Amino acid sequence: MTPTLTRRQALAGAGSLTLAGTFPAPAIAQNAPIKLGGLTTLEGPFATGGQDAYRCVQMELERINHTAGGRRIEFIRESSNARADVALARARKLVEQDGVDIVLGPLSGAEGIALKDYSATLTGKTIVNGSSAAADTTLRNPSKNFFRFSTDGTQWMAGVGNYVRKTLNIPEVCVVAGDYAFPYAQVFGFSLEYCRAGGKATYLWSPLGTTDYASQIAQIPKSAGALVVVHGGTDGLAFMTQYAQAGGSLPIIGGSIMADQTMMSARGPHRKLMTGMVSGGPIADVNDDPNWNEFVARYRKRWANEGGFQSPSIHGVNYTTNLQGILGALEEVRGDLSGDQQAFQAALAKRRFKNPMGAEVSLDHNRQAVSDIFLTKIEEREGKPVTVAFARAAQINQTLGVPEAQFLALGAPSRNNTGCIVAG
Amino acid sequence: MALAATVLLNGLTLAALYFVVASGFSLIFGLMRTVNMAHGALYLVGAYVAYAVFEPLYDRDAWYAWYLAVPVGMAAAGLAGIALQGVLLGWMQGQELRQALVTIGVSIVVADQLLAQFGGTPRQFFAPDALFGTTPLPLVGRYPTFRLVQIAVALGVGIGLWWLLARTKLGLMVRAGVDDRAMLAACGVNVPLVSLAVFGLGAALAGLGGVIGATAQPLAQGVDGRFLLTSLVVVIVGGMGSVPGTAVGAVLVGLAEQVGQALFPTYAVILTFALMVAVLAVRPQGLLGRSA
Repeated sequence: MTPTLTRRQALAGAGSLTLAGTFPAPAIAQNAPIKLGGLTTLEGPFATGGQDAYRCVQMELERINHTAGGRRIEFIRESSNARADVALARARKLVEQDGVDIVLGPLSGAEGIALKDYSATLTGKTIVNGSSAAADTTLRNPSKNFFRFSTDGTQWMAGVGNYVRKTLNIPEVCVVAGDYAFPYAQVFGFSLEYCRAGGKATYLWSPLGTTDYASQIAQIPKSAGALVVVHGGTDGLAFMTQYAQAGGSLPIIGGSIMADQTMMSARGPHRKLMTGMVSGGPIADVNDDPNWNEFVARYRKRWANEGGFQSPSIHGVNYTTNLQGILGALEEVRGDLSGDQQAFQAALAKRRFKNPMGAEVSLDHNRQAVSDIFLTKIEEREGKPVTVAFARAAQINQTLGVPEAQFLALGAPSRNNTGCIVAG
Repeated sequence: MALAATVLLNGLTLAALYFVVASGFSLIFGLMRTVNMAHGALYLVGAYVAYAVFEPLYDRDAWYAWYLAVPVGMAAAGLAGIALQGVLLGWMQGQELRQALVTIGVSIVVADQLLAQFGGTPRQFFAPDALFGTTPLPLVGRYPTFRLVQIAVALGVGIGLWWLLARTKLGLMVRAGVDDRAMLAACGVNVPLVSLAVFGLGAALAGLGGVIGATAQPLAQGVDGRFLLTSLVVVIVGGMGSVPGTAVGAVLVGLAEQVGQALFPTYAVILTFALMVAVLAVRPQGLLGRSA
């Protein structure tokens, strides 16, 4: 139970301060807890990831004894189901009914865009991303109240396209992906490199929450040398299981949430196909970095007996990274959220820190993270599949190093704008 | 051509799964006029309880793990169904709105209890080696064996239900009850007992669907709502309370989903509902349903 401020206590506090006559408004704010609203997906296709996000947030808050900048942090949990309308309704509930100061969330791509738009209508409130990774949440029409310390889906694919085309030497791939904002970003990042390097790709899209992929699997071209699967959660599991059942055997290149613990913890025929899968993203289970090893050890100790994974998930790490952004800024302003949070937001924008993976994080002018991306491969270690980082691309920005104007001119990622532009 | 044949076969195999689940839903509605909104929850109960039995056996490489899971899932869902009818729905017979609301409540409680018990990690049954892999078929080439098993199971369920309803004394009572419950009771038949049996059977079919469905697709939170919705669409299209109608509805919905996925994946879901709208507009009682 977290203590809440009752109306009576607030009145008593206000009364005593009026009597004292000195420090007015800010002092009340200093005594009241900071309300941090959490929004993640405890329902729907990313329920496992959402659960893990809250595990990591809870672990971090426990570590600092629920205090930052000298003020208590009251954490209020909300849940959506990965749908933008639901996420928006829950965020409004947090802001308008629970009266939170800061929202930490959401988890999924389209939700992020909805919350970015919502944050633009707010004054004196800040939304800090959870794990959502659609590019346009911060790239196009950004909101000054929305901050993202985690990298986006396009950034996560940095290096994968070149690796597949040049190192693995595969001239043609088939991309199967979910039909919503996050896979658009991932496919865009992959295709940008892959097609520039002379690769050829066909694309098969399906809505989030599809359970029967049989007819899509039947459409995979015979000429494809590898399958790029950009699905996540139960969608990924359903696709891979059915692909295995259909006797599929192409090498698999994974989107960033394919190699997540959600898929690796689930058992089944998909596992055999996934061994050796190459992917890119902000985390890897095995990463030789003291920050990461310490974080994983803490995570295991805290959650081993309470349903935790072998290793924290991508969503858990992203929520932690964003929470680190918030907590550091709160320390910086000594918990002062007055003046419509302007000092706090300025502190957020200037944050520079190392995230759990040991990657340096800073924000660009759109309040979007610039950070390190890891190339990973799935290996069996002690009979369990784990992702192992084998390369690291340092300080990848949101436009993958392409000048921003030029990158924006390519258009927003969508199922009709895959980023597959052959070098002319 | 091969693609068209594959898509057609995919539609039929998906329809087989939908038929198994929806037939129980339709059966319960036919006799008791109960719109059992907890049907999806019974699917989950069957699948999760069967999984709890299946997993340790699978770990020990017991070949019979999956074969045992099937009756366990049916029994678990069947017992849950009997409890639901006996404890809650039996004494509000005829109050349809109340029953619908109670079953919605039950489904929410059950789903949350299963989440607490099993967590959010998706699960999946692994078909035994004999049913895994592919089978060569003319025209489509290699086709997943388990999807063919789905058709066999659906045929078995369909024929079994026909035999039960048309050839047995219980079936006689059920058919009489569909026409006139009061008269059936007046003839000395213990209608509440027949109701329990039918509810148990309908729920067991949901459990069977749960194990078969969770072998073909992952088992996770939220699939209960999906299968409930699909069952509703299937029986609305086919006609409430009619087993052949359920079969026709399942085939149409399964084909609509797969053809939609092949042609215009993003809007595939519209096709299913367009089908339902068309049927409701032209034949509100469903294709093979009787007018009320």
